[in-house]
Amino acid sequence: MSETMTGAEMVVRALRDQGVKHIFGYPGGAVLPIYDALFKQDHVEHVLVRHEQGAAHAAEGYARSTGKPGVLLVTSGPGATNAVTGLVDAMMDSIPLVAITGQVPTHLIGSDAFQECDTVGITRSCTKHNFLVRNIADLARVLHDAFHIAVTGRPGPVVVDIPKDVQFKTGLYTGPEHIVHRRYRPQTHGDPARVEQAVALMAMAKRPVFYSGGGVINSGPRASRALRELVRLTGFPITSTLMGLGAFPASDRQWLGMLGMHGTFEANLCMNRCDVMINIGARFDDRVTGRLDRFSPGSRKIHVDIDPSSINKNVRVDIPILGDCAEVLESMLEVWRAKAYVPDRSALTEWWTQIAGWRARKSLAFRQSDETIKPQYAVQRLYELTKGRKTYITTEVGQHQMWAAQHYHFEEPNRWMTSGGLGTMGYGIPAAVGVQVAHPDALVIDIAGEASVQMTMQEVSTAVQYRLPIKIFILNNEYMGMVRQWQQLLHGGRYSHSYSEALPDFVKLAEAYGAKGIRAVKASELDQAIEEMIAYDGPVIFDCVVDKTENCLPMIPSGAAHDEMILPDAAEPATVSEEGKMLV
Amino acid sequence: MSQQPASAYFLVDKTARETKATLSILVDNEVGALARVVGLFAGRGYNIESLTVAETDHQKHTSRITIVTRGTAEVIEQIKAQIGRLIPVHRVVDLSREKLGIEREMALVKVSGTGETRAEALRLSEVFRARVIDITHSSFVFELTGTQEKIDAFVDLLIPLGLVEFSRTGVVAISRGAEPL
Repeated sequence: MSETMTGAEMVVRALRDQGVKHIFGYPGGAVLPIYDALFKQDHVEHVLVRHEQGAAHAAEGYARSTGKPGVLLVTSGPGATNAVTGLVDAMMDSIPLVAITGQVPTHLIGSDAFQECDTVGITRSCTKHNFLVRNIADLARVLHDAFHIAVTGRPGPVVVDIPKDVQFKTGLYTGPEHIVHRRYRPQTHGDPARVEQAVALMAMAKRPVFYSGGGVINSGPRASRALRELVRLTGFPITSTLMGLGAFPASDRQWLGMLGMHGTFEANLCMNRCDVMINIGARFDDRVTGRLDRFSPGSRKIHVDIDPSSINKNVRVDIPILGDCAEVLESMLEVWRAKAYVPDRSALTEWWTQIAGWRARKSLAFRQSDETIKPQYAVQRLYELTKGRKTYITTEVGQHQMWAAQHYHFEEPNRWMTSGGLGTMGYGIPAAVGVQVAHPDALVIDIAGEASVQMTMQEVSTAVQYRLPIKIFILNNEYMGMVRQWQQLLHGGRYSHSYSEALPDFVKLAEAYGAKGIRAVKASELDQAIEEMIAYDGPVIFDCVVDKTENCLPMIPSGAAHDEMILPDAAEPATVSEEGKMLV
Repeated sequence: MSQQPASAYFLVDKTARETKATLSILVDNEVGALARVVGLFAGRGYNIESLTVAETDHQKHTSRITIVTRGTAEVIEQIKAQIGRLIPVHRVVDLSREKLGIEREMALVKVSGTGETRAEALRLSEVFRARVIDITHSSFVFELTGTQEKIDAFVDLLIPLGLVEFSRTGVVAISRGAEPL
């Protein structure tokens, strides 16, 4: 089964054997042999980015939207260090990546050679695992191990650092079918006794809430299906983290909207007042919990997670279940059915009535009164005009990201790509490039801010080169909006360096790249401009000029608990409407 | 709870009680394995009070790392979980819990002096069952094995008797009874 080939050929062969169709990369001295091997084949398609950070985010977008690992190929030294932000981002959001980095020849390692850096040292803390391959005999095994480690358990980025001499050397290649990692076996099957305990607790709940996260998306479509089934079977309300949006359809009446710092009133109050919390694949992040000493004080907590270090890290839970979301959810369904559990309907009715009261506050309300476009209105119109299509949304980081999460509604998993854990401005454009490569016929939109977008703007050039018709929808308020908002709320309105006094003309910028530029300034012209953007067969930069000082609400301010939210002025006073009661 | 300063994060003062833990970690002896473990402690802000490491199984290329650390019960649990998810790590056990393990440390202690202090240092070494492994007319080097507390006590007693310097290995530990880790 083994074949003799060079190290560079092994890399390309291993990619092919792992089913990799696309990689994102940027050539340089220490990876030239691999680029030469790529040149001589047509199984693996290479997308040339404009900056290595873009390669990493593109691979993330590709991975997040397909469920397959994203692959990037970069050179030594600056190639590797430029990719680091993307690796950390993937680590924080559990995105499977395999990053192949060139390295100076083995005899020069440690000599401060040209474009040398200690790649495995630098990336040790920001990867799930990393390898420096000094010996050609190890290369095939390491490459296959890298894929195995990246995609199994809690997914994450894996770096394979390959010195240039190893790329030239000849050795024996072995396919992935012959390689079994000698120890790494993440536990995927939840402890049956714990699952039974958890389901019994759920059946007794009077004020339950499902709190789902990115783990459900990572676990794959099976997990989303099982989650939907379980939520409907129990009749419980469900909220989700930023990373988990789409696992449960937003149009469903059991859906509470996102929770956390900019989550809905009803989602956060459900978390605060519940008696049983069922956390499926979320990690009690600080943006979700608010102040920990007053986080959901009266609840018993079930936590399903594949990573043992996530359990009891921030919040102590009563029933931890270590395992893959899909498997555990399916076991929960089995147990619920086998025991013929019936939820406490009268308690649930009361709970839903209470929820209806919170919902009636309309915590996401805003006033679109004059001709100035409110950013929420822009996202809302974008949603209304694109919801019927196969649409994928990426974002940058900041206010626009939260408005996108609040006002763009997802029915399916893998349609929402955002930098949650690390909060990387500049994620959206390259991620959109990656998504569009994976889904050439889909509508891919980066909901962006004018500040974030300038961090990786050069990837528009990539989109133009590969005819990737991504749409960059910039909510342009001339401020780093979230920074401005925090400065207003916490720092006495001293807007220290959060205003961009010089901005490019985004329409001309688009044209300079060979893309299309569109600008909308008035609310009355927005719909037509969005239609024009959707209809254009090519990349578009859409400069949506919005209200400069709109704040992103609702909001749990710093040091506050879930029941201390700042609501928008437009929110309704607390009453239970007749409509709300009907939801029960 | 005190008033929070203006911050994007919820700030807390940690006041919970900290205890000592002796972690025995079985790892593949591969390049960077120790750096992963140590880097994790540094990166996540955990303490290392002592650290020993050596390859213990030459056939399987596995090493045993013993780390003495300090933290609240939650932090120790988190440290174990974080170490456990490193790819080269086989097992992590806290040998300080429930009298599970035996701990020993070795120290080399240099004392200089003449006359009565020199004689007293030698007498003390006999009480502690230290061995003399280097000797001149004006100095001794003692080798002492025991618990951390025993070594601390020995060193403290030698300070007035001309202690020059000492070097200690850090704790090694093993579980009691017939079973391996």
